[in-house]
Amino acid sequence: MTEKLHINALENEAIYIFREVAAQFEKPVLLFSGGKDSITLVRLAQKAFYPAKIPFPLMHIDTGHNFPETIEFRDRLVEELGVELIVRNVQDSIDQGKVKEESGRYSSRNMLQTTTLLDAIEEFKFDACIGGARRDEEKARAKERVFSVRDDFGQWDEKNQRPELFDMLNGNIDLGQNVRVFPISNWTELDVWTYIENEDLEIPSIYFAHKRDIFVRDGLIWSASEHVYKDEDEEVEERMVRFRTVGDMSCTAAVDSYAISISEVVAEIRDSSISERGARIDDKRSEAAMEKRKQQGYF
Amino acid sequence: MEVLKIATAGSVDDGKSTLIGRLLYDTKSLTDDKLEAIERSSKQKGYDYLDFSLATDGLVAEREQGITIDVAHIYFSTATRSYIIADTPGHVEYTRNMVTGASTSQAAIILIDARHGVIEQTYRHFFINNLLRIKDVIVTINKMDLVDFSEERYNEIKADFQKLVEKSDYEDQHITFIPVSALKGDNVVKKSESMSWYKGETLLSHLEKLDTDDIYNNGKMRFPVQFVIRPKTEEFHDYRGYAGKVYGGDIRVGDEVVVLPSHVKTKIKEIYFNDIKYESASRRSSISVILENDVNVSRGDMIVKASELPKVEKQFTATISWMDSKDLVAGSKYVLQHGVHKVLAKVSAIHHKIETDFSGQKNNVSNLQMNDIASVSFQLNKPIFFDSFKENRSNGAFILIDPQTNNTAGAGFIE
Repeated sequence: MTEKLHINALENEAIYIFREVAAQFEKPVLLFSGGKDSITLVRLAQKAFYPAKIPFPLMHIDTGHNFPETIEFRDRLVEELGVELIVRNVQDSIDQGKVKEESGRYSSRNMLQTTTLLDAIEEFKFDACIGGARRDEEKARAKERVFSVRDDFGQWDEKNQRPELFDMLNGNIDLGQNVRVFPISNWTELDVWTYIENEDLEIPSIYFAHKRDIFVRDGLIWSASEHVYKDEDEEVEERMVRFRTVGDMSCTAAVDSYAISISEVVAEIRDSSISERGARIDDKRSEAAMEKRKQQGYF
Repeated sequence: MEVLKIATAGSVDDGKSTLIGRLLYDTKSLTDDKLEAIERSSKQKGYDYLDFSLATDGLVAEREQGITIDVAHIYFSTATRSYIIADTPGHVEYTRNMVTGASTSQAAIILIDARHGVIEQTYRHFFINNLLRIKDVIVTINKMDLVDFSEERYNEIKADFQKLVEKSDYEDQHITFIPVSALKGDNVVKKSESMSWYKGETLLSHLEKLDTDDIYNNGKMRFPVQFVIRPKTEEFHDYRGYAGKVYGGDIRVGDEVVVLPSHVKTKIKEIYFNDIKYESASRRSSISVILENDVNVSRGDMIVKASELPKVEKQFTATISWMDSKDLVAGSKYVLQHGVHKVLAKVSAIHHKIETDFSGQKNNVSNLQMNDIASVSFQLNKPIFFDSFKENRSNGAFILIDPQTNNTAGAGFIE
């Protein structure tokens, strides 16, 4: 037996939040993108309920424009965990005429995810959706609660949020409402990477430096792919890059990197002078881009 | 890494956002793209300096009105530790937001505009820090550049604030005064060249030395059961683990414990964190425990040491900080959430309102409005297992939930 438990404050806070979700809600779901934040969430959920299995399914809202490496990784992880994976496709929402595909230079399916997500919540009657958003990512997220109540339309009313005191989480909701839960609210990007390193977690290969066909637009490195709109005069070249987030291909820019191991990635982040969302094309649309998306029900 | 949470309080235009922005800027916590955004915005507005408040004011309405609306969390780190600043507004919904921000902080910064000195809002800020038992309070006297960096003015304000301190009943509180200019960067991270008369530390070097111990998790060991883990697999057929967070003190295998409310005595048989068994665990750890005897324990029950029983009662009096737009009146019913334990509560009496100006005035009122603080008695349908807030903060606080709206309507500190 090990003598005394030494704790990581952020990890213990997250485990506490997971247990509150399992206890206070009837149908929780963990939103899983295959990205580093949701991989961290899965690890924390395992720890929260050991030796029982994670007591809720994972759900992936698939834009159809994901990096194939991420999807492969997702399927492997789910099999190892023995948990249920629900996949709902943005393509279906488009085919059903619920959303319209964007076209042109900055077209992306990122915004369209919201409709697919809200439909899935209604389909399965989920009352709590656990996500990997962190307050340090973006200034509108800095105001987000750990238990964030959404109305029947999935909307976030940022001016009318419940106060959260001490560590008490109020999960009481009306019929039709649901709660978005953010167990790693207080983690920074570096905290997540350090955790992945310490726990020796496997992550999709696109997080490590690799050779890729890219083109440069507005000073950002875009992945050259059939899913990404490219002007004819935009020149494609091969470069060593890696991704810091794994969103939709059309909204995730790469960074130049030679980091091929977790420890090299951690060292790179420690020295980095561009914030993580700086490489998110969707946030550059306007200063209030994230806040607008959140009000409409985006994660 | 250690984490220190700090609450900030100031009135409108005290330069709170500028101070936080300056901390971020001088600790090189602002990334190039964020800095660029600030430069772009400042230029657009025609400022000849960098408007750091843009680094923290998140919501569109805030940027439009130039004020901070809600509690925002700001993160930065130094080689020593990580910091989380809970930025709370100093205007309309001040009390509600400040109580909320302070409830998760170990230290507080109170801002004073050197031109205006100690004003009514300063009283309130300090009062709330006392109510929440915040141990370290840093009074930063800002905008020293606008009073010619005058030592005399600094001493005057310090003396005025000391008069408030004398009225406080919280003797263990540490209070530190620092003259700063957030706009110019004096004494925030870098020592001021314009105030050689000030021999103390800069704000950051003071923060770096503070104790990061969680002040809300001190006292006797309390283990509220959050969730019962029953895997029902072949390997763990009879496993029944009680999952929860340890508060106050250590828990150890072999400890003689009592389960509340049943008062059944048993012993701690095993302590788990993930798949590893431990001999003991300290406060703040999210563990699961297995008991010697097969006793019936469910969510909301509490495991305590047999020699350290809390109060187990259905009625008590508490100081309430009211946060809802719907008034609290005698006779009304709420869901009372004490940690992870929910019971029904009826307001049996509102004794008096408590003024936040240290006047000690006790005005009788029939209802409480948002931002009011008052002494209130409750009657519960089932007992809760509590300590007084002053003795054991984590086990002495609760929230009130309006059963009609499900909103968190107020916070209580048991007397």
